[in-house]
Amino acid sequence: MIRLLAALFACLTVSVVLVVAIINRSLPEGNLPAQVAERLPETGVSHAVTAVLLDFRSYDTLLEVAVLLVAVVVAMALREAQPDGPDRMGLANPLLRAVVSWLLPLMLLVAAYLLWAGSSMPGGAFQAGAVLAAAGVLLRLAGVGFNWMEHPMRLRVVLAAGLAVFVAVGTGCLIAGRAFLDYPPKFAGSLILFIECAVTLSIALALVSLLQLAPPQEDGPLLPERRRRFRK
Amino acid sequence: MSVAAFYAWIGVGLCVLGLFGFIMHRHLVRRLLAFNIMGSGSFLLLVGLAQDDRGVDPVPQAMVLTGIVVAVASTALALVVFRRWFRVSGESILPEDV
Repeated sequence: MIRLLAALFACLTVSVVLVVAIINRSLPEGNLPAQVAERLPETGVSHAVTAVLLDFRSYDTLLEVAVLLVAVVVAMALREAQPDGPDRMGLANPLLRAVVSWLLPLMLLVAAYLLWAGSSMPGGAFQAGAVLAAAGVLLRLAGVGFNWMEHPMRLRVVLAAGLAVFVAVGTGCLIAGRAFLDYPPKFAGSLILFIECAVTLSIALALVSLLQLAPPQEDGPLLPERRRRFRK
Repeated sequence: MSVAAFYAWIGVGLCVLGLFGFIMHRHLVRRLLAFNIMGSGSFLLLVGLAQDDRGVDPVPQAMVLTGIVVAVASTALALVVFRRWFRVSGESILPEDV
């Protein structure tokens, strides 16, 4: 009862504050879209969102890639030692296998297209990485193991590649006498594409390994017992 | 009311709904879902408010894109931690929770 009252009170307060804040918000003085469009030629890409992500506010994107890496590192640290045994994640479903073998080339194609399209229309590293990760998850569920991912060093290198390339390019800008992550206009377009390629791979692998690092537990409690425990 | 403002109001609704669920439920996975609904609400709010008749401001859009990836990462991390907690304690709620 107290919980309900507290929840209602909190919701009422937050909604009133939000509504008042939205109604009385101060509108931006300048024409923001025009300001972005004005500086767009300096970035080497022609799509505004990609330009913001990887040029104007590249610090945000750099730290975002770092956040994803930290999540995977923590998941690795919390991972239990899994006994070697039969793969418990794959579903023994022939239909899934058949569908995956049809879908996989298409998903790879879409991922590559999204990566390439990012410079001139909606798309980019994160979308491509998500599609690639979905392909990886489907493969994993169909029971296809990634043998090369078992190699710990290789996995870590690809996971860190996105962040490493990003920082390396930023430092390269420093060495060239510019600010950190301030690309020279001449190479900006190709540098952004280069960063995006590495980031795509890292994001996809990070998302897949977050799934991979929490495999189903064979000796975990069964569902009825869990339910009983929760009701208690 | 423009379509963009409509999205912003829907975002406010989702935020409040998520907050309500977050306080009301004790099960950790339900809390995580409520947290994600709140996050979606704030993304809608940001994107909805960042456009007017002069066009769309790409900066909040890029920030929401960043936010979505961070939300996915934090959700996955929370699930890993919850599973670990369930494994060591057998509980799906936190003991400090009243």
